[in-house]
Amino acid sequence: MTTATVAVPKAAPKRETHSSQVKMSTRGVKVFYGDSQALYGIDLDIIENEVIAFIGPSGCGKSTFLRCLNRMNDTITGCRVEGDVTLDGNDIYAPSLDVVLLRAQVGIVFQKPNPFPKSIYENIAYGPRLHGLAKRRAELDEVVESSLQRAGLWGEVKDRLDQPGTSLSGGQQQRLCIARTIAVSPEVILMDEPCSALDPIATAKIEQLIDELSASYTIAMVTHNMQQAARVAHKTAFFHMGDMVEVGDTDKIFTNPRDQRTHDYITGRFG
Amino acid sequence: MTTLTIEAREVRRRERLETIEKSLDRRHAKERRFRRMGLAAVTTGMVLVVILFSSILMRGLPAFWQATFYLDIHFDPEVVQVEARPVQEAGERAADFRDRDLAWQSQVGLVNWQQLIDDALEAELGEEIEARQTRDLRALVTSGERRALRDRFIDDPSLLGETKRLKLLASANVDVWIKGNIDRDLPDAQQQLSAQTREWADALHERGVIRNAFSTALFLNPDSRSSLASAGLAGAFMGSLFMMLIVIVLSVPIGVASAVYLEEFAPKNRLTDLIEININNLAAVPSIVFGLLGAAIFIGYLRLPLSAPLVGGLVLTLMTLPTIIIATRASLRSIPPSIRQAALGIGASRIQTVFHHVLPLALPGILTGSILGVAQALGETAPLLLIGMNAFVSNVPGSPLDQATALPVQIYLWQGNELRNFFEARTSAAIIVLLALMLSLNALAIWLRKKFETRW
Amino acid sequence: MNNLALIATVLIVMALAYQLGLTRSKAVAGSGERLHSRPGYYGVLVALWCGLPALLLFILWSVFEPGIIDLLVFQQLPPEVAAFSEREQQLVMRRIAALAAGQNVADPQDFERLAASQQARLEMLGHLSMLATMSIVAVVGLVVARRHVTPRLRARNHVEKAITALLATCSGVAILTTVGIILSMIGEAMNFFRFVSPVEFFFGTTWNPRFSSSGAGGQGEYGLLPLLWGTLMVSIIALLVAIPLGLMTAIYMAEYAPAWLRSVAKPVIEVLAGIPTIVYGFFALIVIGPFLSGFGELVGLNIRTTSALTAGLVMGIMIIPFVSSLSDDIITQVPKALRDGALGLGATKSETIRQVVLPAALPGIVGAFLLAASRAIGETMIVVLAAGNNPVLHANPFEAVSTITVTIVNQLTGDMDFASPQSLVAFALGLTLFVITLGLNVIALVVVRRYRQQYE
Repeated sequence: MTTATVAVPKAAPKRETHSSQVKMSTRGVKVFYGDSQALYGIDLDIIENEVIAFIGPSGCGKSTFLRCLNRMNDTITGCRVEGDVTLDGNDIYAPSLDVVLLRAQVGIVFQKPNPFPKSIYENIAYGPRLHGLAKRRAELDEVVESSLQRAGLWGEVKDRLDQPGTSLSGGQQQRLCIARTIAVSPEVILMDEPCSALDPIATAKIEQLIDELSASYTIAMVTHNMQQAARVAHKTAFFHMGDMVEVGDTDKIFTNPRDQRTHDYITGRFG
Repeated sequence: MTTLTIEAREVRRRERLETIEKSLDRRHAKERRFRRMGLAAVTTGMVLVVILFSSILMRGLPAFWQATFYLDIHFDPEVVQVEARPVQEAGERAADFRDRDLAWQSQVGLVNWQQLIDDALEAELGEEIEARQTRDLRALVTSGERRALRDRFIDDPSLLGETKRLKLLASANVDVWIKGNIDRDLPDAQQQLSAQTREWADALHERGVIRNAFSTALFLNPDSRSSLASAGLAGAFMGSLFMMLIVIVLSVPIGVASAVYLEEFAPKNRLTDLIEININNLAAVPSIVFGLLGAAIFIGYLRLPLSAPLVGGLVLTLMTLPTIIIATRASLRSIPPSIRQAALGIGASRIQTVFHHVLPLALPGILTGSILGVAQALGETAPLLLIGMNAFVSNVPGSPLDQATALPVQIYLWQGNELRNFFEARTSAAIIVLLALMLSLNALAIWLRKKFETRW
Repeated sequence: MNNLALIATVLIVMALAYQLGLTRSKAVAGSGERLHSRPGYYGVLVALWCGLPALLLFILWSVFEPGIIDLLVFQQLPPEVAAFSEREQQLVMRRIAALAAGQNVADPQDFERLAASQQARLEMLGHLSMLATMSIVAVVGLVVARRHVTPRLRARNHVEKAITALLATCSGVAILTTVGIILSMIGEAMNFFRFVSPVEFFFGTTWNPRFSSSGAGGQGEYGLLPLLWGTLMVSIIALLVAIPLGLMTAIYMAEYAPAWLRSVAKPVIEVLAGIPTIVYGFFALIVIGPFLSGFGELVGLNIRTTSALTAGLVMGIMIIPFVSSLSDDIITQVPKALRDGALGLGATKSETIRQVVLPAALPGIVGAFLLAASRAIGETMIVVLAAGNNPVLHANPFEAVSTITVTIVNQLTGDMDFASPQSLVAFALGLTLFVITLGLNVIALVVVRRYRQQYE
């Protein structure tokens, strides 16, 4: 991979992969909630600086899988993960691994915008401060500004940084959450249906943002909106009943799926 | 957007990770410290519960057994000089017979019953008791036992001339001495009992004449000042029982009715808002204020009798109402609207919906709340002090209008008794009885909640 | 006929009226037209018409009759009585009432006998006329209602309206209680302020009420400040104990504790909340007090057995479960999304709690603290037993203090005389206490309510 400058055309994310270096990889991932099994052995490679979308009917395990990638499932009592998940070749479920460090590398944006009950500035500054990434106030200011800028929110909020994050509109709040995640400069960003609570205009903005971010981050997103996957993802994985049925280049999945179930789903037979 | 080479990005990534890693030890140490503080707080709470219960139990349990004399009492006709108990003659009017019987009873009352006890003790000790030693001798058995002998004789006059083995309570000081609750090495001047009495007590204790026997007096007797060893909880228990009956009869129906009205019927307006705030506030008003209310309204204005369980019950009712209202409302609110809609949908009126469908479903919650409210009222002391229920009452109340005290107030009165060595244990025993009652009420409530717990 | 029998009679008559209404409705239904409601409702309606007005009349009569009779009797008294002091007049009236009730009164005077017989006559007359009026009202109600029973009568709606009205009346009891508290406090406090000026009371620094109610001018000094300060001192100590322990317990329970620990520790700590305060007081007196005093000796501090510290510490223990269960509720109400947000950024659990959860829950937690403070301020029995009753302004927590609640108890127990400042001051103190706790409660409730709405 050399540089990341090309803005990808919006409707057809058909970009040659700059390198095929595997950023994250899962082998035989099974997840159990108590006695019930949610995932039945997922093998998947996530390539650096690619956007991969997980699609599938609700309850198919795509969100569960996403949350395995930065161990957010740890916070759910009774949830058990089996199999291997690696980041840059290191097992993230290894006992020696520090989950705090992992989450600083693999950030996550949730379905519903969840700004902290603090000011806009403090929302963004929270992560860097936590990890000691900004030593001085000026540095922090810079991180806040650049994160908001990259999230495309700077212009809208630069005059009211001290207002509570909850005072923003839904779309702005979600971009604030993305900015909050970027501020820690993670390597991978996980997005769990980031647009499902937003209106079409806000959705379009977020999609554009994802597109831009893909230049510098590896992004895995869950969506149940197939058009969205087609618009922003380089690769798409189709989940069904706790299995990953098929994964491949997005246009291939949507035009020429190998599996009948994928075909049925994308043509709207179920889901 | 900056353009960086792979290498430069990699370097920055490493730097970043190193920065974060450096702070990790400190942050995790903080995390552990925080978690330990939480655990320490929980442990402290539990340890405090343990200390509280164990200290009360340790002090109180021994008081359930009391030093008791096992004496052969001879109902000596020389001493008990009374005629045979009158029998109703044919043709005699009931009133006349009653008068004769009462005259006989007062004659029995004049008998020197103490003499019987003295004689029995003398026989047991096997020595001649000189007149100057009578005082020491009489310090052994508690004074209330004289009356107990009299009552026993009135119940069964055929005892005359018989010898019967009876259990007589030792005096409070002997109980303290036998149980070692007073320092045995204290000089005579600081001892409650004379040297002679102590010697006798020890001798009789050794020979098994004085034994620690389960104290029925604690449960069956009312309070007593003259005969401390026979002071019991019966009077306070009845007082509390009367009050709780009043509380249950008044506060549960009124509380449930108000809650039903506020939750199901009341229009949402300023007035009901006010009622709502008002009820929440009442629940947090200090209990002593309810006592003042009782003193001013029930005693001062309505001139109801002082120290009566009726007044106590009314005051506690007002105090318990908000608790029951709040619990009932919470219970009603947890019934999903679909139940109401279903009932209304088949043509039931709102009243029918509430009384036939909603209330039965809310019943477990209402019961639980009511029981907890009553348990709380059972343990309340402060308001009762202000309406005269801390008066000394030496008989068991027979109605809610008689003078009475209550269990918690009895505890208050006993803890203040000057004979600390005896009453510390007795107070603890009373606390154990009270706590046992309250805990069983609470357990009942928890059991009900568990049994009927429904998730919608 | 006594009142209970009277009410029973009314109920029996109502049952008869129900039957009448029932048969009547069936009779009119026989004529072909369909009844609007089920026959039972007609029965109930008739019964209500028959019984309710009579009962209402009975209540009004009972409330007003004694006052009217008193007035009439009083007017008949010889003129010299009118010259008596208020207290003597009350005494005379009480003696007359006792005479009229057939009780024995020590050497009754002629005018008293006369008035008593008059009172008895008036009472008899009043009672009879009440019975007559009640019967007439009941019969009229019955007849009118029965005549109105037609198939078109919407009996159910009327009955339901009556039930709703009954429910609404019940919810009025809570309001009446508050009104009663406020009126009685203010009324009696006003009486007190006739003896002592409010300035002296609220800003006085000496508390020394002399109990010699006979001596004129020797009424003592009634400065609130020492008591207020004592109350604050004890409450602050209690909060210093309860807030950290309660909050940490809540945090640990909500965020860290494994399920098994939660299921054990929660009920155990809730047990602390159910223990009557008198038990805590006793615990303070016999365990904590001696322990603190011994500990003080060990480190060279002079700590009294009964002191602000003892009382505050034990009161703190008492409100731990209160703080922890309220805070627990509030912390668990913070949405999981917020926690996930912080955790997803790589915050540790304690960082999440301290920097995100607690700030988000802050208003609610502050509300909980205020409620705890109000509870501490209003707590009575612990301070009565363990604070030492020493109403002097000083800042030493190891010394004995007195509080508002203790003083209310001290001033109002014993003989209840609503005419002396020594007793009346209890109401002024009660009013102060009520206002303080009310203020805290209202603020707390508003804060908590607003907080709840934020996350609903």
